[in-house]
Amino acid sequence: MSALLPTEFSELEAFAPTWCLATETERFERRQASSMAELQRFYDAFSPRLDEAIEYCNRHPLDDMPEEVERLLQLVYSLVMIAMAVEIFAQPKTVDAADAVIRRVREPRP
Amino acid sequence: MKFRDPGAVVPGWPRPTEGTWTEHYCDLGTEPISFEDSVSAEFYELEREAIFKRAWLNVGRIEDLPRRGSYFTKEISIARASVVVARGLDDEIRAFHNICRHRGNKLVWDEEPRAETAGFCRQFMCKYHGWRYDLEGALVFIQQEEEFFGVNKDEYGLAPVHCEVWNGFVFVNLDAEPRQTLREFLGPMVTALDGYPFGALTERYDFVADNNSNWKLFADAFQEYYHVPALHPQQIPSAVRSPEMAIECAHFQLDGPHRLVTTGGQRRWDLPPEYMYPIERTTRSGLVGPWETPDLGPLPSGLNPGGVEPWGITNLQIFPNLEILVYGGWYLLYRYWPTSPATHRFEASLGFHPARTARERIEHEVAAVVFKEFALQDAGTLGGTQAALQTGVVDRFPLNDQEILVRHFHKVVGEWVGTYRAHRSEARA
Repeated sequence: MSALLPTEFSELEAFAPTWCLATETERFERRQASSMAELQRFYDAFSPRLDEAIEYCNRHPLDDMPEEVERLLQLVYSLVMIAMAVEIFAQPKTVDAADAVIRRVREPRP
Repeated sequence: MKFRDPGAVVPGWPRPTEGTWTEHYCDLGTEPISFEDSVSAEFYELEREAIFKRAWLNVGRIEDLPRRGSYFTKEISIARASVVVARGLDDEIRAFHNICRHRGNKLVWDEEPRAETAGFCRQFMCKYHGWRYDLEGALVFIQQEEEFFGVNKDEYGLAPVHCEVWNGFVFVNLDAEPRQTLREFLGPMVTALDGYPFGALTERYDFVADNNSNWKLFADAFQEYYHVPALHPQQIPSAVRSPEMAIECAHFQLDGPHRLVTTGGQRRWDLPPEYMYPIERTTRSGLVGPWETPDLGPLPSGLNPGGVEPWGITNLQIFPNLEILVYGGWYLLYRYWPTSPATHRFEASLGFHPARTARERIEHEVAAVVFKEFALQDAGTLGGTQAALQTGVVDRFPLNDQEILVRHFHKVVGEWVGTYRAHRSEARA
């Protein structure tokens, strides 16, 4: 299988098929559908390299990103999404959100 | 807002000479209030006419109509109205009732007639019999016109809706003849933000939710910060969280039906690092947005009418259902559209300057993600408030000085409904 991410981040390839997601809706749903153990594994693997990943993406213009860099950026967005569960709520679902649903209907790409 | 540790000797913000904000605005009173206005079906019927068919309602931004021929539709369920807003070939923004003059079909819709839509066109064509209208609302084509009996096209243009723009915010008014112009309605406190560069903040993150609470109860949760330590304790990392954290806003102001609150105090990113989550420290963004404030040029003094230093957020509550929160270099906007006595559609938008780099885009993403987490807590909890109020067991609720805007909001809603009732009974007599 060809690599999805830049070679510098090859150790994160295992997470790419699950977490390289283009929209917030997909990232939010994937988080809700994951176990804390799964979220923690992704968090532990990626968060030490987050700063480096942001710097890497930052070297490319937003409107002309190579595909593998755009996927790395999507992986950053996913880490932001799951950090809410891992760092803040200690569960995949927002605490006290009950049955509330808020849909993001517009966002920039990428 | 200022977090005060109850054990520490930290001076609060100065209050008016009366000692409290509520007593400063003395006609508010200090008595417990009723929330009957948020559960009663009869009151909801009155709000239809008294408020939503009288007040100026914000339906979008001019950026939602980027070029000549751009349009969007807005469903205003409580007013039983569907409105088309379009930018004409002359660049004027106009609004019309979304109804074909031939047989009353809904004119502009996409896949589902009750869903809102947006797009770009030169003419609106009715899906039913193919009548066509231009962007100025004029009827320009009748299919088999010769079969009709002297229909004059000039008399069958789209029914106009009053539409005015303030600082890029597009408002409509469903009254036959609005009692005030938009500027008169907004008044000096709101129009003091005339020069704020909302138009530069075009990177948008828009959200929609159908919430199980009356529109006013949800707005209430966003016009006081007293609930923050209890409902949103996770805004402070647990290691430094104090169960008795007190909260105090810096400045409150009322102007006609509108309200304003400003927060101030030490900025989140200037606090010791343990007051932030790791994701905030790495991305340099979080609960109150990006740490780096873009240079938007000179800002109007109306942004901080209380002269609060250090300034945090200005939260404008524009009657009846619009809230604009201005942060350092970005804004958040909420609209609350009633759909029944116990439900409403909530719209939220975050507006940033267009990200120039991936790092800026990530800063914006973090703010948008954090916003949703905490808004979900409000949405979840307010469903419970609605259910509990509907039992009708209790209807006398004490409000504190930090909740002055809640008190003012329900009072103004009551006044508008009262005025409408008085006129209606005069008209009947």
